Amino acid sequence: MNKMQLKFLSRSENEIFARNAVAAFALSLNPTLSELSDVKTAVSEAVTNCIVHGYADREGWITIDCTVKGDCLHIQISDNGRGIADVEQATQPFFTTLEGEERSGMGFTIMQTFMTEFSVQSVAGAGTTVSMSKHIGAKAEADAR
Amino acid sequence: MKIQSCRQGESLYIYLDGEMDEHSVAAIRREADRLIDENAGASRAVFDLAGVRFMDSTGIGFLIGRYKKLRRYGMGMYLENPNAGADKILELSGVYSLMPKIQGDI
Repeated sequence: MNKMQLKFLSRSENEIFARNAVAAFALSLNPTLSELSDVKTAVSEAVTNCIVHGYADREGWITIDCTVKGDCLHIQISDNGRGIADVEQATQPFFTTLEGEERSGMGFTIMQTFMTEFSVQSVAGAGTTVSMSKHIGAKAEADAR
Repeated sequence: MKIQSCRQGESLYIYLDGEMDEHSVAAIRREADRLIDENAGASRAVFDLAGVRFMDSTGIGFLIGRYKKLRRYGMGMYLENPNAGADKILELSGVYSLMPKIQGDI
C-alpha cells in the first residue's frame, strides 16, 4: 500500500497541478491513457466543486488523500467550505445551483461514470468530502480473458 | 489556453489550444465572444478541439454558453477533432445533439 497527501489553496490555477499530481501518483499502477484521462477528469471535477461551490467567494484549503492498494486507486478530496444542503439533488445530471454562470451540472455525473466507486459526504456549513476509487487494469484483464 | 480564429466563407473556425478547466476557460470566454460578435454575419461556427489536451465539465459549460450566444445570431455550432477524453464527456453530456461533431468540410 502506498499513500500520498496534497494540500493546496482553492485557487483555480491549482486545478492543473492537482489532477496531474494525482495522475503521476497513479502511474505505479501502469494505467492506460484512457484510465489516466478518467482519473484526471474526475479529480478536476471534484476540485472545481471545492473552488466554485465549497469556498465560492473566499479562499480555503483543499486536501487530497490518495491510496494505492492492489490494483485500486482511492482518492479522497475534501474542503472545509459551506457544504451541500441536498446531496441527492446535487448529484442529479444537469443540476446546478449556478444557473446564470454557464455551469453544465455534469460534474458529479462525470465522477460517477469515470470512477468505479463514488460517494459524497457533506455537512452544511462544515465542508464536503468526495471519495472515489478506480480499478486500474480492469479492462485489460477482461480483454485478455 | 490559446484561442485563434479563421473565417472561411460562411464558416467561422475557432481553434482552441491547451487544457480546458475552470481557470483557463475564464481567460478565453471574452475573446471567444468577441470573435463571434465580429463574425455575426457567418452562418456557422466550427470549434476545432484538436489542440485541447484536457477538458472537464467547465469546458462543456463554456461550449454551451457559446452555443446560446451563436443561436441568438441565428448561427449554428459544430465541433471537430476532440481527443478521446474530450469526446467521452461531450458524448456523456449529450452536447452533440446541440452542436454536432463533424469531420472535414460542411
